[in-house]
Amino acid sequence: MLKINKSNLEKLFNAISEKQNLYIPCNVNGKTNYAVYGEGAQVDLETLKTVKSAKEVFFPQCEDIVSFKRNGKAVEVIDVRKESEDFTVFGVRACDLKSFEILDTVFLSEPVDTYYQTKREHGTVVTLACNYPEESCFCHTFGINASEPKGDVTCWFAGDFLYWQANTEKGLNLTKTVESLFEKATAKDEKEVETEKKEIEKRTEKLPLYDLTTEGWGKDSVLLEKFNSPLWQSLSEACLGCGACTFVCPTCQCYDIKDFDKGHGIQRYRCWDSCMYNDFTMMAHGTPRPTQMQRFRQRFMHKLVYYPKNNEGTFGCVGCGRCVEKCPIHMNITKVMKAFGGKKND
Amino acid sequence: MTNDRLIPVPGVITEIRRDTPDVKTFRVVGRDGKKPFVNIPGQCAMVSVPGVGESMFSVTSSPETPYMEFSIKKCGCVTEWLHSAEVGTEITVRGPFGNGFPVNTEFKGKNLVFIAGGIGLAPLRSVINYVRANRADYGKVTVVYGSRSKDDLVDFEEIKNEWANEKDFTVYLTIDRPQDTWDGHVGFVPAYVKELNLRTSDTVILCGPPIMIKFTLAALIELGFEKTQVYTTMELRMKCGIGKCGRCNIGDKYVCKDGPVFRCDQIDEMPNEY
Amino acid sequence: MQKVVDIMKKRALQLLEQGTVNRVLGWKNGDFTYDQTPAVFNSKEEVNELVYNDFSAANLSKYLIAETKKEGKILAFLKPCDTYSFNQLIKEHRINRENVYVIGVECQGKVDVEKVRALGAKGVTGVEVDGETVTAHTLYGDKTFTKESVLMEKCLACKGKTHMAYDELIIVNPVEDKKNDRFKQVEELENMTPDERFAFWQGQLSKCIRCNACRNVCPACSCLKCVFDNPNSGVASKAVPDTFEEQLFHVIRAFHVAGRCTDCGECSRVCPQNIPLHLLNRKFIKDINKFYGEYQAGADTETRAPLTNFTKEDVEPSVISDKGGKA
Repeated sequence: MLKINKSNLEKLFNAISEKQNLYIPCNVNGKTNYAVYGEGAQVDLETLKTVKSAKEVFFPQCEDIVSFKRNGKAVEVIDVRKESEDFTVFGVRACDLKSFEILDTVFLSEPVDTYYQTKREHGTVVTLACNYPEESCFCHTFGINASEPKGDVTCWFAGDFLYWQANTEKGLNLTKTVESLFEKATAKDEKEVETEKKEIEKRTEKLPLYDLTTEGWGKDSVLLEKFNSPLWQSLSEACLGCGACTFVCPTCQCYDIKDFDKGHGIQRYRCWDSCMYNDFTMMAHGTPRPTQMQRFRQRFMHKLVYYPKNNEGTFGCVGCGRCVEKCPIHMNITKVMKAFGGKKND
Repeated sequence: MTNDRLIPVPGVITEIRRDTPDVKTFRVVGRDGKKPFVNIPGQCAMVSVPGVGESMFSVTSSPETPYMEFSIKKCGCVTEWLHSAEVGTEITVRGPFGNGFPVNTEFKGKNLVFIAGGIGLAPLRSVINYVRANRADYGKVTVVYGSRSKDDLVDFEEIKNEWANEKDFTVYLTIDRPQDTWDGHVGFVPAYVKELNLRTSDTVILCGPPIMIKFTLAALIELGFEKTQVYTTMELRMKCGIGKCGRCNIGDKYVCKDGPVFRCDQIDEMPNEY
Repeated sequence: MQKVVDIMKKRALQLLEQGTVNRVLGWKNGDFTYDQTPAVFNSKEEVNELVYNDFSAANLSKYLIAETKKEGKILAFLKPCDTYSFNQLIKEHRINRENVYVIGVECQGKVDVEKVRALGAKGVTGVEVDGETVTAHTLYGDKTFTKESVLMEKCLACKGKTHMAYDELIIVNPVEDKKNDRFKQVEELENMTPDERFAFWQGQLSKCIRCNACRNVCPACSCLKCVFDNPNSGVASKAVPDTFEEQLFHVIRAFHVAGRCTDCGECSRVCPQNIPLHLLNRKFIKDINKFYGEYQAGADTETRAPLTNFTKEDVEPSVISDKGGKA
């Protein structure tokens, strides 16, 4: 384990960004999101939840996939893909890290999505433990430990220092390029990190959503029983049908493919889409989900039933709590789980 | 970088046939004159008109043919554009997508009953012609096909001149309402199915509008068929074709990847959202 | 405030019992005091869950578009600012007035938990308001703020504590209207150079994630099918091929609600990226006031709005061009 004084973090970020792009939570125009580190960047490692999750580094909101040129009757198909350059993403919390695993099951399963794959291969993930979890956090419910995220490198803040532990070959390679800025952590330091981890676990136990359980959900749940429950009607009643929950969610991966005629060629791009939108499943002759109740149900059934059934019980939610904070009407997955009885000691 | 299934290849339209007032069949080959890819009956392809959009269509030609055909009903942006296209125009195609019909497993050696309504014949045509090309592998074949009118019967010439003359093929056609130029059966498919003395041991492949599927399936059950004997294809909005974009799911199944062919007993286990 | 809630519940139960209404539109508590959800209460038992306090910020008027199309009359609790939207929706024939019984409820201004967080409170599990003092209970200790410092943006530009429409009122603690300079921020933007202003909006609008929360919450956005949801419109795109598209969305939306926007501030309240969208609308309101005379959308249900009316005194477009594009 290595350590660096907090006051030297800027040097660390400069050193990393000298060789490659460094994505790091930055406050831009009042809100914190992942951004490429550069001069004048207002790095913000205090905010636990960036508005958009870290998924956008690997799966951007909008991405060109192919372009076309029409010449008379002929169509030219132009592959616009580029091999990603090496980059580092710093400050990824345990929940967002787990979301990468979930996105991997979708994008890296056959047939592989090469747009995502190249970014995954070239990205080094540096995680950061959550010293002070927020009231909306419930990663614990999904077996995630906020005190010990893995990734290629794990970092902890304790006392005046940032501690750095490389976990993988990629992590070791990154460490080599910045090693001179660090000093070796002593046995006493390591003990301090251990103490901080214990503290984080204690803080986690006191979280208001700590009792939330996945009981009754998952791969063994009775799909049609959940699907046909009358509870969906009242739960979805106030839903505005916006995509705020979807777009801040680290595991939502649905996308749309659209063509944009630039006048001198056609750009086919993909962009985040939301099952909450009424045109999501719209076909020429109608949609199988004409009501907001159905669209609302789809989102939660996907995360709590469909995805687990297809992925050996892993849930499609990581408990980051962004939707808890951002839903305009404050309806969210925790309220859905509770309505179905997913809370201990109730 | 390896190929990506989202990137299509150009396809040249080499022939356009008008089947019905609103259905045309397009023959497509790659620029090299060959098929853009190999498919099994029931599989689909994403056909796109760059700048207009991309849509999923079942490949209606048999895998045995050196080209690919799509029978397309005019009902949206992409299909409208295609209907106004001329021979020689290039579009793009990617695929194949989906599971296709179990022609080399469950269907082998069986007597097959094909029941189609309207444009629903399109996905079945590839199976029927595949069966004709590999006649020894399958038993007796019955085709029951109905449409609104005589003019709306897709592939009428092929049915009349080729299928009807095939050994051990029985073809039943019906139209919804009487017509001067029609001396065949008049009536809806579900009712017609009940009159035909079908062998309840045969395997059924059913495709058509949802309402037609619903009532035909009920008729088949009444006749003594089991849902495990009946196969059908589903259609939902699709974008990627590879189970990633997330919009064609029915419960935990993706139509583009786990379908579009499902056995009716499997559909019973799915949420009623299709 | 507890007294107000008690009266609200009592009246809801009475009206349900008398059969005057068959359901009630209000707010329902979440896990914390501040995460309320608009809700329809269908029975006397359900009415127990009705809450109303300094966090009942959601404007309920828009829900009445769908609710007043249903069978029977609904009781709706509306805050003063909600009644402007309510009137405007009646003017636009969106709400069926006969199918709603409106009880106006008092409002002392709503508290924005986002502001509480921005002022350094982490892990906010509950918030208490006592007069001008706001105490945030957090996982890591209590923090206090002045109410003024954590007031909703929309309440800083409060149009007044008077209800524009109601069948009855519940006001236990009358509050005097506080003077506020509603157009101050707009003036600050007007005083910028065009380049500065462009940079400001570019910076703000580039945060947009196209979640459509602003549009979907907006009572003025009541089109059954939005132009942006129409794939044939040429402007429909969920994403942004370039930054221009992003700005186009919000500017078109601001134009579309011009003269109809009551300045309820919901767009800015729900924006996950805190884009001050209300400033776009407020600029239109300011200009309409200037060119056509003072006008407040939703103040009544009868008068014709300046942009949908013609008078000989109407300002000519040339007036603007004569000024070199500067109003």
